[in-house]
Amino acid sequence: MNIVVCVKQVPDSAAKVVVEEGHITWGDAPLVINPWDEYAVEAALQKAKEHGGKVTALGLGKEEETEALKHALAMGCNEAIMISDPALVRIDNLAAAKAIAAAIRKMDEVDLVVFGKQAIDSDTGMMAAQVARLLGLPALTLVSAIPALDPDSKTIRVVRSIEEGKQVVEGKLPAVISVGKDYGEPRYPSFMGIRKAARATIPVWGLEDLGIEAPSPVVLWSEVMNPPVRDVTTEIIEGETPKEIAEKLADKIMAEKVI
Amino acid sequence: MMTNKVWVFVDQFKGEALPASWEAIGEGLNLAGTMGGGVTALVFGKDAESVAQNALHYGADEVFFADDETLADYRAEPYVSLVSKLAKENPPEVILFPTTTRGREIAAMTAVDIESGVLVDVVALDVEDGKIVATRPVYAGKILTKVTCDARPLIITLRGRAFTKPEPDETRTGVVTKVNPALSSDDIATQVIEYTQAEGGVSLTDASVIVSGGRGVANNPSLTPPDGMDEKEAEIWRAQQGFKLVGDLAGVLGAALGASRAAVDADYIPYEHQVGQTGKVVSPDLYIACGISGAIQHLAGMRTSKVIVAINKDPEAPIFTLARFGVVGDLYDILPPLTEALRQRLGK
Repeated sequence: MNIVVCVKQVPDSAAKVVVEEGHITWGDAPLVINPWDEYAVEAALQKAKEHGGKVTALGLGKEEETEALKHALAMGCNEAIMISDPALVRIDNLAAAKAIAAAIRKMDEVDLVVFGKQAIDSDTGMMAAQVARLLGLPALTLVSAIPALDPDSKTIRVVRSIEEGKQVVEGKLPAVISVGKDYGEPRYPSFMGIRKAARATIPVWGLEDLGIEAPSPVVLWSEVMNPPVRDVTTEIIEGETPKEIAEKLADKIMAEKVI
Repeated sequence: MMTNKVWVFVDQFKGEALPASWEAIGEGLNLAGTMGGGVTALVFGKDAESVAQNALHYGADEVFFADDETLADYRAEPYVSLVSKLAKENPPEVILFPTTTRGREIAAMTAVDIESGVLVDVVALDVEDGKIVATRPVYAGKILTKVTCDARPLIITLRGRAFTKPEPDETRTGVVTKVNPALSSDDIATQVIEYTQAEGGVSLTDASVIVSGGRGVANNPSLTPPDGMDEKEAEIWRAQQGFKLVGDLAGVLGAALGASRAAVDADYIPYEHQVGQTGKVVSPDLYIACGISGAIQHLAGMRTSKVIVAINKDPEAPIFTLARFGVVGDLYDILPPLTEALRQRLGK
């Protein structure tokens, strides 16, 4: 099986992200693999192990933004490829999806493309669905388990997490899936994996390699802002006994007229 | 067939519309007010006639209604192909979706078909000099952006509870136009095998009240776990006793049950309850945090809640910086009398 897992580099989820002088900054917080993508890599590695085959990690960004790809390699992916081109620096979701879809088309017979549920920076949660649509493949998003996969009959069965519960869906391969945290804990990179990743050279594919024109973005970020400061005075409720505190707090909550 | 400039996709599951759909119709009416015309609702499903009628009650004056076996269980392909087909035949200016799991996905894929942009998970919409400007949170709400898009039809998904739900009026009527599915069942590469409903309870993203528990729920040394448990089992057992108190309060308030990432990662409670950057981003009217210290990822996921109440033993816990009311104390002491006090006041 040929499995592609798409990963993105983002500021650590613990980073204090703010706007300073009109620009987004996260200070010296580390850049890491998008947390959702770790579950995607885990799913890809498990399926490759069960059915044989290789896992290719695919990234899109500046040439030097290799943190996510190196993490994916360290977890056990066989190879990594970076899509990078000066014309892809300021693009929107659909333009990025077009570049990713073109890269997947360029690879040999991909059976399964795996994404994390969403990226914790831009928070669009649309990439898997858009890449699937561009490739004309089924989109199976928000996957929490893959109870069956058969490379011979080219079928996959997944459990999707939706608002109302769990939906079991079967689709044909090749397919595009996105994976959530409920898939299960991602493995830690092994010591050997980290050494291998550190030595790896990651091929860079530009627009010419992909054979596409520069996709032009239509969605523009016209302004970035810090959210309004929460203007709140905290009132600490005190009392002699828990019951007294509880009674006072209950009165305060009732007075807010929110229940 | 009318030609309203604003369309709203109504997300329904087994004949029940998700409330964010009606909020989207409300905001659609506001947009239509600046553009002229009314709102056309898209209702797809099987035996969802009542949803189509409800769309009229909530303010649409036209419904494109598809009633077909291939649309009975939600699958992306038949839904997307039908939205795209309608939008190509008779392009509107704007198509609004609720940011639900289905709404987000259909919006994303429709944008591919009609070569347009999506303003996703928007919390405010303004029209400035005739141009639609959307505000959306990124980095889990640590940053807000203003986003625009010149492509048409413009696709926008609206975050649940960010827009006002209109009052339904059952005397309202409109035109329900039947439309045929765009795909036949042979054209669809996916099949829904089964569906299991989530255990009862209020959904976090729709909830107007949320009661959440964190690591502190396991912190009651006076409880004695049953014999034969190892240390981890005993810890989870303690946490479950704590979450029972959190759940009792949630029950009295008709609230959804939330949790911090720490509690989920420690296996105290399933992931679907996680609030925060890698869980659900919520915005209830009342958020009661019990034994949650308030890591930055958790605060990012609930900071827009209207009234926040924090109960924590540590007076320095960051959660208190967002709280309107705080209790420095043990949730095991406070929750039972608080549940009782609110039960009395609510007459339950």
